[in-house]
Amino acid sequence: MIQFSTDRRPSFLKEVIEHTPRGERLVHCIQCGSCGGSCPNGADMQYSPRALFALIQADQRDTVLSANTMWCCVSCYYCTTRCPQQIPITEIMYTLKRLAIREGSARNTDAPALAQTFTRYLDAYGRSFEFGLASRFYLFNKPLAMLKMGPLGLSLFTRGRMSLRPTRIKNIQQLQAIIQKAKQLGDEP
Amino acid sequence: MRYAYYPGCSLECSSAAYDMSIRAVCDLLGIQLEEIDDWNCCGATEYHSLHKLTACAVIARNLALVDSRLNQVVAPCAACYLNLKKVDRQMAENPRLAEKINEALAAGGLHYDGGRVRVRHLVDVLHTDLGEKAIRDKVVRPLKGLKVAPYYGCQVVRPYNDFDNTEYPMKLDELVSWLGAEPVPYPLKAACCGGHMTQISEAQAFELIRRLLQSAVDSYADLILCMCPMCQLNLDAYQSQVNSYFGLSFRMPILFFTQIVGLAFGLEPNALGIGKEIVSAQPVLQRRLAAVTQ
Repeated sequence: MIQFSTDRRPSFLKEVIEHTPRGERLVHCIQCGSCGGSCPNGADMQYSPRALFALIQADQRDTVLSANTMWCCVSCYYCTTRCPQQIPITEIMYTLKRLAIREGSARNTDAPALAQTFTRYLDAYGRSFEFGLASRFYLFNKPLAMLKMGPLGLSLFTRGRMSLRPTRIKNIQQLQAIIQKAKQLGDEP
Repeated sequence: MRYAYYPGCSLECSSAAYDMSIRAVCDLLGIQLEEIDDWNCCGATEYHSLHKLTACAVIARNLALVDSRLNQVVAPCAACYLNLKKVDRQMAENPRLAEKINEALAAGGLHYDGGRVRVRHLVDVLHTDLGEKAIRDKVVRPLKGLKVAPYYGCQVVRPYNDFDNTEYPMKLDELVSWLGAEPVPYPLKAACCGGHMTQISEAQAFELIRRLLQSAVDSYADLILCMCPMCQLNLDAYQSQVNSYFGLSFRMPILFFTQIVGLAFGLEPNALGIGKEIVSAQPVLQRRLAAVTQ
């Protein structure tokens, strides 16, 4: 039986919109390129945000989720405030990061490993732990770079700017219950 | 004047100088900062890349813990400031999201209504709530001749700036001039320091840091003033790596704006955490303000 749908938007477009607060603005992109032109890392992107939005509208899910665009994003929000169509571009980059990480299509980037290491400390202690984060992240992802980080760590340590022990919040059980519940509830905002 | 205070993880250790100088300066100005009891990390930019609802719930716990008698919270770190502000705004304008966040918070016996707490940055509080006269009245050691590059970074200025311009902010420039110092024109004042890119993409981060340092040198700045711990860490701690990466020789001290406010108010450099920076600010402070450092 043929099914008719009243919503003729491509399914990937709908998915991105559903996962992003104010994401519905995405359909108003006029392809002006203010986003890529404003981006400090725009020149490194395979597809500028403008091109990526065209690919989303064309339902090119795999191409979009394996692009390097969102991994170049530093969350500086220049594109967001300059977009003449009020598209929450930085938020959309976060959505694409989440979808790419979930599906394992993030390539050539250590960003997912950094995010996972960072949040694991947050889940366990309620606070970030810079020494643990840096040492774990480098050890498992770029052990050679540890040589270079040694002197930096030492100069921070001697100035009292690096603690070797994590701090745990008092009511960690409360935070963990909240995190567990949030994860259960799923990810569409 | 009473505000809730959310220091954020960096201010506990790697940017202790920021916390020390904030508390010292606020004390002198009669601003009462009441630290949120048992606050947790805001997740920086990292949780948003993994799980949206968890990212929001973790942040919202802090808003829910703000003392019910207070309706403003001061967050000195740009990432914390933006996270708290973003979740507060999104909860206020998106009832479905607010409901889900509250369902998660309820697992810990908490609740938050979007819009209840106004999230502020200390530059805004000093500039708007206190204002020029209150600041000038406290200056006992005018910082005459000290040229500073006021660096705002990204996330206080964008996307939710409700106290300054998103392209070329001026509030920190004005605050600095009330201290007697000279804010130099700093074209990259609201550009990005690279954030977490120092960890994952050195080439991109170092180029952004290089531009910021070069721009300050081109403006004849004695030092750069930061209003975010990540900016300070990237510009200060990575400066020597940036130098070797590009074959350059920057020696630009990077301080927090509150350290300079404290100096102008006559506080001792040690009490303001001056000396914790990796590229020492002492030589330039000694040169410009012979009286400042003993």
